[in-house]
Amino acid sequence: MTGRPHPPELDVDRLIGDRRTRIIVCCGSGGVGKTTIAAAIGLRAAERGRHVVVLTVDPARRLAQSMGLTSLDNTPRLVAGVGAGAGDRKAGNEADSAGSLHAMMLDMKRTFDEIVEQHADPDRAAQILANPFYQSLSSSFAGTQEYMAMEKLGQLRRADEWDLIVVDTPPSRSALDFLDAPQRLARFLDGKLLRLLTAPAKIGGRAYLRVLNAGFGMVTGVLTKILGTQVLRDVQTFVSALDTMFGGFRERADYTYQLLRAPGTSFLVVAAPEDDALREASYFVERLDQERMPLAGLILNRVQKVPAAHLSAARSLAAAEVLQGAVAGPQGDQGATARTTAHPGEPEAEARLLTMAALRLHAERMEQAAAQRRTAGHFTAAHPLVPVVEVPAQAEDVHDLDGLRRIGQAFENGR
Amino acid sequence: MATRDSDWDGVHLHVVTGKGGTGKTTVAGALALALAADGRRVLLMEVEGRQGIAQLFDVPPLPYSERRIAVGPGTEAHQGGDVFALVADPESALLEYLEMFYNLRHAGTALAKLGVMDFATTIAPGLRDVLLTGKAAEAVRRKDGRRRHYDAVVMDAPPTGRIGRFLNVTSEVSDLARVGPIRGHADTVQKVIRSPETVVHFVTVLEEMPVQETLDGIAELRSLGGIRAGGIIVNMTRPLALPRGKLQAAAEGDLDQAQLAFGLKAAGLDDGPGLAAALATELSEQAKTALAQDLQLQRLLATGQPCYEVPWIGDGIDLAALYRLAWALREQKAA
Repeated sequence: MTGRPHPPELDVDRLIGDRRTRIIVCCGSGGVGKTTIAAAIGLRAAERGRHVVVLTVDPARRLAQSMGLTSLDNTPRLVAGVGAGAGDRKAGNEADSAGSLHAMMLDMKRTFDEIVEQHADPDRAAQILANPFYQSLSSSFAGTQEYMAMEKLGQLRRADEWDLIVVDTPPSRSALDFLDAPQRLARFLDGKLLRLLTAPAKIGGRAYLRVLNAGFGMVTGVLTKILGTQVLRDVQTFVSALDTMFGGFRERADYTYQLLRAPGTSFLVVAAPEDDALREASYFVERLDQERMPLAGLILNRVQKVPAAHLSAARSLAAAEVLQGAVAGPQGDQGATARTTAHPGEPEAEARLLTMAALRLHAERMEQAAAQRRTAGHFTAAHPLVPVVEVPAQAEDVHDLDGLRRIGQAFENGR
Repeated sequence: MATRDSDWDGVHLHVVTGKGGTGKTTVAGALALALAADGRRVLLMEVEGRQGIAQLFDVPPLPYSERRIAVGPGTEAHQGGDVFALVADPESALLEYLEMFYNLRHAGTALAKLGVMDFATTIAPGLRDVLLTGKAAEAVRRKDGRRRHYDAVVMDAPPTGRIGRFLNVTSEVSDLARVGPIRGHADTVQKVIRSPETVVHFVTVLEEMPVQETLDGIAELRSLGGIRAGGIIVNMTRPLALPRGKLQAAAEGDLDQAQLAFGLKAAGLDDGPGLAAALATELSEQAKTALAQDLQLQRLLATGQPCYEVPWIGDGIDLAALYRLAWALREQKAA
């Protein structure tokens, strides 16, 4: 044995059963099944009596359909067919055991537009919304999606209509983007440099002013070279319009950041048992620790579970070789020296061929499972105290509530 | 140099995209190796600042300069060519641009310290992209006398969801820079991107969501006009245990467990009836997956783009595995 430490078991059911848990953030690098896990957790919590809203960013079409989300409309929608007490949650107050599930897809541009509309008078709002720089920023700035996801989370939390919010973070390559991007966008929008560009005259002190003006001249000079004067004008118009109406982007970003550290918030890091995904998961775990944000544990998704786990790959391959020696035909390809005692088409030969196929497949799956365990072992060696729960790989894509329920079964206490 | 017979003769810029988790960087690395056979010189470029190439080739983190990191597979006729790697970041590319066109490196370096470069590359949507694609275009066009400096440039590009926007820099930039110098730069870059010497390959696995993104990405490129979709590289394919004709029955659980029990006994594995049942489940699961994958493959083939398959590598990707993938790509004429 390798002496690999066994990580504590992550008890998702206890987490979602604890009424003090108000926000669960699912994070991890792209392509690990984060959205599906978030949906499965939301569904399971709802069926155990919680009133849940799942905020998702980019669901697979069929998964979205399975939850009744056909349009990207930025409003929470009730998911039909959840639990025994499925129905309007406002009418369902009498039974504590009847939970509900809402789900919504984030529309980042609309969320941004709504902030503008809420905080500016109609004329100014229209002016901002029409600004080409605003349009690019609100639809394509790297970080806008993360910022708006966090903004939406803040809104849902303030609305206080749900007792559990499950957030699926945006599909970035790096799991850390989602923590950093809101701050980056806020820093950018509130930044000194932007203020310098838009209102150099506001800053008092003559000597100071002279230095700044020289600096300002150089900055705008270079920026003009890079961007052209029109862009700078657009930026300046945009920022001064924003500046007069906002209580500061940074404050908003800080509010959500604090929300993430508040009691009642838990992070679940989702990873597939692959090097890249677990490396990202590792960074994320360390980062959460630095930021003193509460990590609940790691969900290891798509773990290869082998039904005949007691038969080792080596024994399986050896047995396949024994059979190979006894079969002639297209699948006995390496059997140049083998005695040919059976021929395809005969029942016995068919049985041998089928068994060989099964044994080789089994060996491959055992080897894959072993490789996954090794990879996961690197993570647990570095983070022995992080609780882990494994979710078995599914044979087919998940695209209905039953599929989500099957995934949720992995979270059963004392499996 | 040997004349090659690949599906992409005449292509000098291979843009490789794919959804997260599909192995985009791995395939880009394998493609670079494959293209470097026959003594060709190849640049493998990364643009997302993740040091994925360094991890893939197991070398220390790479700077913003072209470093030789590997040698392509040799053939009977030729030794393998060199594969260089470059990690392009927008800030360095901007400094280089300022130096090349305005001799402003010194001022640029000073401004970088003030955060101006970071500001400029974040403030103007499209600017980052045009700087990164601009670097690739420059490498493609670079000449030593009359000969191309690089026979091929392979770019590990942003994921499928962002690829159209990333490559369509002229329109992105022109929204903001209607006349500025960057606009002129963007137009030059577009000439390379929209020429027949550039194609965009899509890496996918045979699952619904990555396949859907691939289809969406190809449709998006087609709608942009002039940016050419290249091959679809299906990654992590596995051999089938059962013949095709038996998949349907197996998927439905219609497997003769008595046959399995007999076979196991013949092989000396007399582990009782439980083993035969468990192995039948394994066969059935793989058959289900294979049938679902077939449907996805049909959707990919319907695009009319050439599809290539590269095998799943069980024991993690190391340099030897990359060469295997490179050979698989060459055998299928993807390189």
